[in-house]
Amino acid sequence: MQFGLFSVGDVTMDPTTGRTPSEGERIDAMTQIALKAEEVGLDVFATGEHHNPPFVPSAPTTHLAYIAAKTEHLKLSTATTLITTTDPVRIAEDYAFLQHLSGGRVDLMMGRGNTGPVYPWFGKDIRQGVPLAIENYHLLRRLWREENVSWKGQFRTPLQGFTSTPRPLDGVAPFVWHGSIRSTEIAEQAAYYGDGFFHNNIFWNIEHTAQMVGLYRQRFEHYGHGDASQAIVGLGGQAFMAQTEAEAKRVFRPYFDNAPVYGHGPSMEDFTRQTPLTVGTPEMVIERTLSFADHVGDYQRQLFLMDHAGLPLEMVLEQVEILGREVVPVLRKEFEARRPAGVPSEPPTHTSLVAQGEGSPHRMVVTSPVVIAQQDQKQKEMATQ
Amino acid sequence: MTRSVVVISAGLSQPSSTRLLADQLAAATRSAVGGRGESVDIEFVELRELAVEMAESMVSGGRPTPALSAAQRRVAAADGLIAVTPVFTASYSGLFKTFVDLLDKDALTGKAVLVAATAGTPRHSLVLEHAMRPLFAYLRAIVVPTAVFAATQDFGGESDLDARVHRAAGELAGLVVAERTGVAGFAQGDEEPGPLGPVTDFTELLRGHDGG
Repeated sequence: MQFGLFSVGDVTMDPTTGRTPSEGERIDAMTQIALKAEEVGLDVFATGEHHNPPFVPSAPTTHLAYIAAKTEHLKLSTATTLITTTDPVRIAEDYAFLQHLSGGRVDLMMGRGNTGPVYPWFGKDIRQGVPLAIENYHLLRRLWREENVSWKGQFRTPLQGFTSTPRPLDGVAPFVWHGSIRSTEIAEQAAYYGDGFFHNNIFWNIEHTAQMVGLYRQRFEHYGHGDASQAIVGLGGQAFMAQTEAEAKRVFRPYFDNAPVYGHGPSMEDFTRQTPLTVGTPEMVIERTLSFADHVGDYQRQLFLMDHAGLPLEMVLEQVEILGREVVPVLRKEFEARRPAGVPSEPPTHTSLVAQGEGSPHRMVVTSPVVIAQQDQKQKEMATQ
Repeated sequence: MTRSVVVISAGLSQPSSTRLLADQLAAATRSAVGGRGESVDIEFVELRELAVEMAESMVSGGRPTPALSAAQRRVAAADGLIAVTPVFTASYSGLFKTFVDLLDKDALTGKAVLVAATAGTPRHSLVLEHAMRPLFAYLRAIVVPTAVFAATQDFGGESDLDARVHRAAGELAGLVVAERTGVAGFAQGDEEPGPLGPVTDFTELLRGHDGG
């Protein structure tokens, strides 16, 4: 199983000191957090993508390439890549380039973004959010998998005999996750292609998360990619830890009370009951995280949000240290102990996808045996008419 | 088959005249449905009790909270809705609107709704026609023709409030017990959706977007 961090990259004032980091300090903090993740044995660092203050990460591949150059094992990912407003040609080329630089340590999570105006800023219409996500991703798959792409869609200038460059490392496209909170269309999209599904559950109750993951698993099986239990699932999490629960609460409470998104609203006690946030001892975080699998089934990737709400860098690094040294080793052991046979431990990696060979489904644009059979049937009917 | 009606009441004091009107509308609806040979379960949602959860949900990204989610599920599942608000500053109250704002945009589509309001003076009565009716029309609900307004003075002395309550309840009952038209499986929106709502097959979603 893979464990890691995902960062929104917000520039937020530390409510205990009144100090706001500069953009440069925040970018550097994200880098140091990623490097700490590798140092303490975590597997993944995923950066957000935003194009408005108070967020810094507008250029994910630039940042991930820099981190790649300073690490050896860390997998570099996104949370999320804006598939709606970014030209799929740019995504295809940027991330293939990053694959080459990082030796294949790349995967991506597609998302539609959480800022309405990002659509008009990039010349798109928010009412087309889901169709954009569908069309752009299908084009992205073709760009990574076909040498010569001729394309005419609804949203982008047509392409004639276009080859995106560089080609994906070893001819194998990066693995893709689709991130969604409420949109069933996105769970359906992930299931259709046999891609991963990441439910960003950090503001949601586990019952809702279980329904969304359940839908994805059921549709994954429907499209013939395997048993529902074998679908590739990722979840979010949020934690703040100290030696005692009381101490964790004391230190974290001012950050909680003033946090963007949920500050000045629910009490920390209600929020920890109703969402994955755990404020307490490492043992409490272990117990809470293990309980996710009781609701959504055994899964493959767990990302934690650790660096938000104005927490100073030293405090975040300390948290990542506790996560990597005390929490994750136990989680690895316990999750593997409970995992049924036949349920993959890890999401596909570059190495495992290369090992599947030339004829592997991953190398096809449409991978579902059910859909392929339907298409063949239709072609036969056309031929006999 | 027992029908279900949910009454949402946005009164703030206890007891409130808004709840008093809601009780009368509920009782009249019960007897109007009964008069048609059917029975009805009537549940009350007091928005006052959800005020804090609604505020918390709004300022934490629409995060669902337990009591609010339960009320939203009851409203979505009901055959009919009785919506009663006090008039505040020339319109429905903020508490009332907050609950409506937090409903799923499709939760009331095609649902029979009786709108009602209370105020200190009868001069506010057009709030029902100028604020409540358009609000529910926007949500594609079917608002019954008679809207019921009760000013303080209607609760005593000569008043035709009772007649209006019964006329409106009769109209609501008619819609609530109406047989569904269309042959099962053929009418649009007939199939029972899962907890996440209807799911469209991806082959359908991809149509026209595969670049071919």
